[in-house]
Amino acid sequence: MSVADEWTAEGAAKPPVAETTDVLVLGAGPAGMAAATEARAHGMRVLVLDENGAPGGQVHRAVEARLAKGAVEKRDAKDDQDKDGAKLAAAFRASGANYRPNATLWAVEPEGKVFWSEGGAARSIQAERLILCAGATERPLPIPGWTLPGVMSVGAAQIALKTGGLVPEGAVWLAGQGPLLWLYAVQALAKGGKIAGIIDLSPPGGLQRARPHLLRALKAPEYLWRGLVWQRQVKRTVRVIPARELRAEGEGRLARILVDGVAHPADLLLLHDGVVPNTQVTRAIAGLTHGWDPVQRCWRPGLDLWGNTAVPGVMVAGDSAGIGGARAAALSGRIAALEAARALGRITTDERDGRAGPLRLLRDRQLAPRLFLDAMFPPLPEAAIPDETILCRCEEVTAGRVRQAVALGCLGANQTKAFTRAGMGPCQGRICGPSVHGVIAAARGVEGGEVDPFRTRFPTKPLTLGELAALAG
Amino acid sequence: MFRRTDPPDCTIVWEGRELPARAGESLAVALLAAGITTFRETPVTGAARGPLCLMGACFDCLVQVEEAQNMQACLVPVTPGLRAQMQHGARGFVEDAA
Repeated sequence: MSVADEWTAEGAAKPPVAETTDVLVLGAGPAGMAAATEARAHGMRVLVLDENGAPGGQVHRAVEARLAKGAVEKRDAKDDQDKDGAKLAAAFRASGANYRPNATLWAVEPEGKVFWSEGGAARSIQAERLILCAGATERPLPIPGWTLPGVMSVGAAQIALKTGGLVPEGAVWLAGQGPLLWLYAVQALAKGGKIAGIIDLSPPGGLQRARPHLLRALKAPEYLWRGLVWQRQVKRTVRVIPARELRAEGEGRLARILVDGVAHPADLLLLHDGVVPNTQVTRAIAGLTHGWDPVQRCWRPGLDLWGNTAVPGVMVAGDSAGIGGARAAALSGRIAALEAARALGRITTDERDGRAGPLRLLRDRQLAPRLFLDAMFPPLPEAAIPDETILCRCEEVTAGRVRQAVALGCLGANQTKAFTRAGMGPCQGRICGPSVHGVIAAARGVEGGEVDPFRTRFPTKPLTLGELAALAG
Repeated sequence: MFRRTDPPDCTIVWEGRELPARAGESLAVALLAAGITTFRETPVTGAARGPLCLMGACFDCLVQVEEAQNMQACLVPVTPGLRAQMQHGARGFVEDAA
């Protein structure tokens, strides 16, 4: 019996999949859970595809399991976020949505037919409406040596903490910038973890840049307050080194880091430079337009007020539409589901508007601190990445080679891919996309919006013939 | 590197060696908890690699699980007795067909 067969046997306990559904939700983070719950409240049939094994997405990862252990009840810094997650997950579980964990979507056809893999077998369904809530991925922070085993992202360490109870110990360094870095430090220390130091790579002058947005940010003061508390807590026991340059070194594994030329022994280095919308699926859908966000320096799908994309029937909600955080994501999910209910004739336009009004106000409040945070932590400049640094980890393509391609006349990411293979490996540009794009823009001396991003194509996740064969059965 | 705060409740077999693990956690987390950082060697230069993202995006945690190659260790849940080994280079089609 292969592993795939065992998974299938396990999956047999799940509810069956019908041939059609009213709403298909991709992802079970805050946006996906809230969208599915709201859609069910209006009597629509809802199928939810989730790559994870349990609801929560990244921000509320394993919240049910931790709740069962009582970990969420304790008064720690994560308190509010976990309470939000527990509430969302409980409502979602009770909603009657057909939840498919460990399910990876790999194609969306023009008329709403969706394909995914689950338990080693491909499946499909015809959906009237799609609400895509694919969340965010960490913006890569390429430094020389970041492909060495022992270098990971801060988000990865947080997942190890939330799902496996793993805390850092030994010569563990955090490096980069952004709220998640400080949050992880707080969470790790609270669980008894040890951190050797934090390399603060944030561009100096953050408060000055952010000050013009302070008044607006104070509409939701808890965000700033939490940030200050996190930093103060961490700085009490962990040394913070402001720096400009960072390298990782070692033979076959991380052994030391060089911070502005000064060596420190290291066995784990955790990098972070904020998060970007996950647009891997939306970019593969023909006709679905995206626009460049010059503040958050990322691509985001073009949406109307409700979350409708340029493709009829396809909607996007949550951080995959632009970074707004977990609470704004959940509200966006509900708003999108109300619009789906209207489109499918379950509620009138007036009912939709009446219900969505208060949700919009709440969302505006949650988004109020965003400009302040974006000004505080602008993404690190790609122009400063040394030539020797690997950008595309799959195909091992350096920043220098990408710059050479630009010098040869490559104007965008897709041309550069053809010249260098950057973005052509199994991750399909998920990791290197933002940095390859940024290096090209910087080398050309133009705004990011003038450089086309990697084109993605279905299947958006690698697929075996064995999985595909299940469709014929 | 990392320390467990919850006790292991089963074992898995990595490269023929028994390692403690917790059923239901991801294979990648189980390996990291046991101090394993090298999961694979790249097809391009043979360089050693371990996980970067743990959320299914980076494909740097590819391993062989039982007979199946190129499995993302961060998306494979641990079951007691699970056998896994490093992924050396690209997927080998001949062994896979056997």
